[in-house]
Amino acid sequence: MTIQTQQAQHAPGTDRIEKRFEVRAPRARVWRAIADANEFGAWFGMKLEGAFAAGRTIRGRLTIPNYDHLTLELQIERVDPEHFFSYRWHPYAIDPKVDYSSEPTTLVEFRLAEIDGGKGTAVTIVESGFDRIPLARRAEAFRMNDAGWASQAKKLAQYVA
Amino acid sequence: MSPSRAAAFKLPDAAPVFAALGDTMRLGLLGRLSADGPLSIRRLSEGTGVTRQAVTRHLEALGRVGLVRDARRGRERVFALDAKRLEIAKQYLDRVAAQWDAAAARLKAFVEDDANS
Repeated sequence: MTIQTQQAQHAPGTDRIEKRFEVRAPRARVWRAIADANEFGAWFGMKLEGAFAAGRTIRGRLTIPNYDHLTLELQIERVDPEHFFSYRWHPYAIDPKVDYSSEPTTLVEFRLAEIDGGKGTAVTIVESGFDRIPLARRAEAFRMNDAGWASQAKKLAQYVA
Repeated sequence: MSPSRAAAFKLPDAAPVFAALGDTMRLGLLGRLSADGPLSIRRLSEGTGVTRQAVTRHLEALGRVGLVRDARRGRERVFALDAKRLEIAKQYLDRVAAQWDAAAARLKAFVEDDANS
């Protein structure tokens, strides 16, 4: 039913997140920070085992304090150099005792565009597919309290600065 | 789910809300109520290809977790959104969004420091 899809997009708006921001670095530089697994891990806070390539599944361990016992898997979908990078993963896979592999994934997309005559880059990050994530899992995310990622992110920002 | 795990929830109220939302039909009904305001079961059933009884069951499931409220209008039962509880459901996405904000800031610092050095 096509109407339902439209309706579902309307109201609760619980399926997708979109972030757009601009950075003062050329697109080639930003591309490397996203598509190179070591660089991705450095700012994301994750140690990845292996290089990104379309169709590959790369395992990573979080390096964020208090979450460094967690491993994630990135299923790389599309790599379109300097333009587009996408992968699937299990969002908020925060319980190491749970096998998330049979559950639906969300899709994470990075889009890059040149701005300021090539001196800057517009980055768009979209994560979608949350409405397919099991309900109990979504509720579980509330176990992560405010002392979690937000404060760790601050520490990380200080570290890379 | 074990009691200890349930007790660890910051917002214990959220779990049943998500359970009620986990259905295309129910999300569709919330969409209609959000776009068109309070509607009768008859109106909500139109064009869905589902019986009024089935639609009523879905609406009652949404009502049990406080996502919708119902009232009698003459001989009809009219349903409307209860926006406060929907707000709780949105908090999950807010949390994920906050993580992306932080990650975006780290990415920005990472490439800008590098470009300037």
